[in-house]
Amino acid sequence: MRRWLLVLLLIPCLVSAEEAKPLAENPQAEARLKTLALELRCLVCQNQTLADSTAPLAEDLRREVREMIAKNMSDQEIRDFLVQRYGDFVLYRPPLKATTTFLWLGPFLLLVVGGVTLALALRRRAKTVPDPTLSAEDHQAVAQMLSEGIKRS
Amino acid sequence: MKRFLLPLAIFVVVVGFLGIGLTLNPREVPSPLVGKPAPEFALPQLHDPQQMLSLQDLRGKVWLLNFWASWCGGCKEEHPVLMQLAKNGEVPIYGMDYKDRRDEGVAWLRRWGNPYSVIAVDESGRVGINYGVYGVPETYVIDKAGVIRYKQIGPLDESILDKKIMPLVRELQQQ
Amino acid sequence: MIPEIGHFALILALCVAVVQGSLPIYGAAVGNAALMSVAKPAARGQFILVLLAFCCLGYAFAVKDFSVLYVAATSNSHLPLHYRLAAIWGAHEGSLLLWTFILTVWMVAVTFFSEHLPEAMRARILGVMGLVSLGFLLFMLTVSNPFERLIPAAADGRDLNPLLQDPGMVMHPPMLYMGYVGFSVAFAFAIAALLGGNLDAAWARWSRPWTTAAWCFLTVGIALGSGWAYYELGWGGWWFWDPVENASFMPWLAGTALMHSLAVTDKRGGFKVWTVLLAILAFSLSLVGTFLVRSGVLTSVHAFATDPKRGLFILVFLAIVIGGSLVLYAWRAPRVGLGGGFDMVSREAMLLGNNVLLVAALGSVFLGTLYPLFLDAMGLGKISVGPPYFDTVFVPLMTPAIFLMGIGPLAQWKKASLPDLARRLRWAFGASVVTALLLPFVLGKWTPLLSLGLLLASWVVTTAAVNVWERVSRLVDTSVMSALVTLPRAYWGMVVAHCGIAVFIVGVTMVKGFEVEQDLRMNVGETSTIGGYTFRFDGVQNIKGPNYTAARGMFHVSQGGHDVTDMFPEKRHYPVQNQAMTEAAIDTGLLRDLYVSLGEPLPGGAWSVRLYHKPFIDWIWGGCLIMALGGVLAMTDRRYRLAGRREESLVSDLPRPVGPEVS
Repeated sequence: MRRWLLVLLLIPCLVSAEEAKPLAENPQAEARLKTLALELRCLVCQNQTLADSTAPLAEDLRREVREMIAKNMSDQEIRDFLVQRYGDFVLYRPPLKATTTFLWLGPFLLLVVGGVTLALALRRRAKTVPDPTLSAEDHQAVAQMLSEGIKRS
Repeated sequence: MKRFLLPLAIFVVVVGFLGIGLTLNPREVPSPLVGKPAPEFALPQLHDPQQMLSLQDLRGKVWLLNFWASWCGGCKEEHPVLMQLAKNGEVPIYGMDYKDRRDEGVAWLRRWGNPYSVIAVDESGRVGINYGVYGVPETYVIDKAGVIRYKQIGPLDESILDKKIMPLVRELQQQ
Repeated sequence: MIPEIGHFALILALCVAVVQGSLPIYGAAVGNAALMSVAKPAARGQFILVLLAFCCLGYAFAVKDFSVLYVAATSNSHLPLHYRLAAIWGAHEGSLLLWTFILTVWMVAVTFFSEHLPEAMRARILGVMGLVSLGFLLFMLTVSNPFERLIPAAADGRDLNPLLQDPGMVMHPPMLYMGYVGFSVAFAFAIAALLGGNLDAAWARWSRPWTTAAWCFLTVGIALGSGWAYYELGWGGWWFWDPVENASFMPWLAGTALMHSLAVTDKRGGFKVWTVLLAILAFSLSLVGTFLVRSGVLTSVHAFATDPKRGLFILVFLAIVIGGSLVLYAWRAPRVGLGGGFDMVSREAMLLGNNVLLVAALGSVFLGTLYPLFLDAMGLGKISVGPPYFDTVFVPLMTPAIFLMGIGPLAQWKKASLPDLARRLRWAFGASVVTALLLPFVLGKWTPLLSLGLLLASWVVTTAAVNVWERVSRLVDTSVMSALVTLPRAYWGMVVAHCGIAVFIVGVTMVKGFEVEQDLRMNVGETSTIGGYTFRFDGVQNIKGPNYTAARGMFHVSQGGHDVTDMFPEKRHYPVQNQAMTEAAIDTGLLRDLYVSLGEPLPGGAWSVRLYHKPFIDWIWGGCLIMALGGVLAMTDRRYRLAGRREESLVSDLPRPVGPEVS
């Protein structure tokens, strides 16, 4: 009797030991939301992405984006929707425009300028700096230092 | 040797920018909607849910749209300023009760006073999103043609009202 | 009473700093030995005084003295003792005291390890450090006094931010500051050399171990911060390109460039003007970082409570220190000689090429961090620069740097031959390409970035292996084992540090490529399988911590029917600050982490749960630790220890039979 009771108690456990469901109703749309939201900035807690933030506005915006995904809008249309309302500030990937040209090209410009400067400096050096040839006195001085060094250590 | 002055020159420019940076608020995001037509809305009113308030109802006059909520601390801070403004009656203030519970909004106004001509309820926050609201309180100045002319982020105070908003309102009213 | 003693100690330290910052430098200028000899006792005295102040603040925290404003603001009577002590650096004032304290620690270290330096050089170095410390003491005493009283005393404290109540908090800031502030030594060496007009190879030799030491601390500090963010913020990321992270990363990049540039200056006496500029840059970026974090000009997850007065103070200080150094630089640098010659294709040239790449990468971080501020200051609108920008710009800049990293150590000093290098490296290159192309298919997925990452990592490792093999086979008379031991420690340091980079790259690549994430709605008893591991949710129990309450989820993990572990993620609530914290549960392993983070209770008794399988993620921090280990090996090399005993440090590595010319 007791054994049976145990089995009866175990049944619910066995029944519920099934695969957990994804949190989102539509995992594919959710994956798209996630990719999009990772490049969007939350406006409330400003150093989190829209994907990570738990602020109420972020939740509302995720809801909006979900609806737009359901309406089959493109990623660009969704981003435009947000930019219209909040400005470029929401984009973690700043768009390339006149004001951001230096941001995007600056590092590569620096690389080119640095590379050219280095190459020129090296060429100039190769011409101007003679290979120091050691004189007899230099050799003697080094030899003396060496012997002193060996004595001391 | 001019090239050795280059690091110093760059540094001076950077320090200049950092200095200006000290006077700026990095959290304030200017609205791209200023100068654009205010987004349409039609929402039930707070005190009478059967009645609607829509943008069309407000054509032809200069008005302020104030997003607020009973749960918002900054709203209480700016409330006396709004009450004062409502009393002198120079410009009508329309309220937008943002993501709030109707009964709590009503109770809040009963307790602190009601500066608004009419209040609409944006329960889902969707109108807020269309207006680019990211933290209440926020206040918009909208002209006779329904174009947003100014947006105040955060609580209003007397100096902002006297220096920016009221001169703008008067100018718009002249047009 | 005790806090007043601390306050008074700071005032005395300020007086000592004034003396230390003036007399020795003046003495060195006029050749007065008595004035120069003030430097050493002054530095030690300052250390004792700041240590005293530090202990006083620690005491106030230990005895819960809530009549001290800072203690009341950052701790609470229920906060455990170790976190109360860590709370010393939990906010602006105390962390500034830590900054200053660490500066005096480095000063004392200089007094002990500078016997071999000329008196004037040492006097100038300590004088410059004294001036830096003067600025920070003044900053504390004017606008950020940690000992300010709160009268009447608070009944209880407002508690430490729950995010900071973590073992990471105990270690991360001191390590990071050791690194940041450590660059002040290289900076002081550079300024001293500019002042004295003796910017030479000896200067580079002396600076190297100090730079490497600071770099090691900074590497570990950054890694600790990253690891902390990984488990504490609850969404499993390890680097966010947040302004404050960038503020610590920029000095790291500058310091890395500096270490390599110092090698060229040390070997060939060349590019001194560039090296000295890097030394100024590394410390300047530390100061700029301090400004960015504490002035509130940028929004950040870490931002301290900000106050414009403080921002202004640091900005003025920064302008004086960096501006002054750059004026000195512009004045003195044109007179510096060129040094020995080397070819366009040589180890020196490659090290400098790497320098250019590192500085360009540094430029991208700098631009990305400050560009929003620049645009805003010019009234051109607000933008955000986030991870997508940095990923796009930083990776292409670092890829050639890492490629060069493989070749450089095999190139001869002075003059190398490209065909010869190509011949010696052909096997390494072939093996790397094959690994990069085949391994992703073996692992079941191919993306360009995956291949690139594996290519770079195996390139670094195989070239290092070729390098070691060549060295060993050159020592003909000895066995392999004794040959390995014969190779100088600085050489091993380089090999190890470079392999650390490879390990790091493997970690980043594998996590990006193969991470699995699941957002689930889990009922008690339900399971989910990711990465071959089955997680069973066994419910939630409520527990009570010392200063928080928590819901504690219970998860059983198994793999192929075998038990692996039990995991207990928590959702904590800290009542004093009324803040919720997600405390993820992590099962760490050599090849993977399992990561469970508990979300919110859902209607019907289920919970939202986030599960991750993160392959190789610990290699990211492991790689950093290996890099730091390499640094430790390099700076404990024999020649630096010998240099401590000998004046003629320049020739101290000549007596060895085999030319161990290492970078």
